[in-house]
Amino acid sequence: MKKVYGSASEALEGVLHDGMLIAAGGFGLCGIPELLIDALVESGVKDLTVASNNCGVDGFGLGKLLDTRQIKKMMSSYVGENAEFMRQYLSGELELEFNPQGTLAERMRAGGCGIPGFYTKTGVGTVIAEGKEVKNWNGQDYILEEGIFADLSIVKAWKADDTGNLVFRKTARNFNPPAAMCGKICVVEVEEIVPRGSLDPDHIHLPGIYVHRIIQGDHEKRIEQRTVRKREDAQ
Amino acid sequence: MPWDRNQMAARAAQELEDGMYVNLGIGIPTLVANYVGDKDITLQSENGMLGMGPFPFEGEEDPDLINAGKQTITELARTSYFDSATSFGMIRGGKIAAAILGAMEVAENGDLANWMIPGKLVKGMGGAMDLVAGVGRVIVVMDHQNKHGDSKVLKACTLPLTGRSVVDRIITNLGVLDVVEGGLKIVECADGVTEADLRAATEATIV
Repeated sequence: MKKVYGSASEALEGVLHDGMLIAAGGFGLCGIPELLIDALVESGVKDLTVASNNCGVDGFGLGKLLDTRQIKKMMSSYVGENAEFMRQYLSGELELEFNPQGTLAERMRAGGCGIPGFYTKTGVGTVIAEGKEVKNWNGQDYILEEGIFADLSIVKAWKADDTGNLVFRKTARNFNPPAAMCGKICVVEVEEIVPRGSLDPDHIHLPGIYVHRIIQGDHEKRIEQRTVRKREDAQ
Repeated sequence: MPWDRNQMAARAAQELEDGMYVNLGIGIPTLVANYVGDKDITLQSENGMLGMGPFPFEGEEDPDLINAGKQTITELARTSYFDSATSFGMIRGGKIAAAILGAMEVAENGDLANWMIPGKLVKGMGGAMDLVAGVGRVIVVMDHQNKHGDSKVLKACTLPLTGRSVVDRIITNLGVLDVVEGGLKIVECADGVTEADLRAATEATIV
């Protein structure tokens, strides 16, 4: 089965429909599927619900899909870096479902593992618990959270082989594996597609079974907060 | 003289023991890393890293290597990377010994509010709710009063909660308090602060 596609637009062909649920990898602007987001903009698909820890920044990452009004609802833990997001949210154009970060990651992982719900103590006694089933084990309350079953996963990895085995790099791994796992179709963009057999099987971070389509491309990899120390400060 | 930011961070660093895996929040908690001395402490960054190193030298920033505040950082010889589900698995699973976090309000029963002010722009809780629910010990570091001089150590929080009965110890510019049965217990006063000063500046019940 051929998994390697020529471009992001080709890789999304036949998998998009209005109103779909997309799970996206990335944390801030680190490890985001830049090329697939651009292709979603081009496609014009709309009324999207996007499960992603953040929503990019103004004009970059998922922020591009806000500018074009293609997102109907976000499922996120933190959206503070985006003025257009706030404008659309406060004017009622955009729905927002806050998820604690670990709950969001686990909801994706659970969906990918065929687990429709799980209990967690995260959010007990807060607004997050409102309307959710509470169960007590050993004197501790837990709330029921649901697995996320996405129509499509968009993911960024460092390297892939042509069978879809993935290797991520440093903290750019973040939400990418759980996002990849929870989609019916998972499309991955990588910096390099390497020949079959050149990745050490013991060093694969996500097996190709989760990956349906792969593209290779150049990434801007924008830095959100550039923090440095001066060389003379070093001991 | 009440403690300044660095003295509060230094006091918080005394809470850490050799061998601990620790998560530090944004603000004063970040400064705690400067005061751990010879103790063997591994810092977790909840976006998927254990063994967080200092900021990179100019020109060596790596867009694939950031902390939970989205700042560029470096790795150490002990560093490991993992995905977000694994990261919060270790948090929720109680593997992280302690989290040192900032706060807007803390109540005498250990309730913590540090993620939203109604009517103001809501940014989100990020990983704060998971951390306070999951880690072994929650230590709050904050100013004792807000800029209007009102106590931030309250009988009950007025802001939406991050977690219910989750705080173990509060370190402020005026001293150190523990959450105990029936209220808060004074552990220590800042230099030049009397127990009477601390009580006068605190709305919560001190037992």
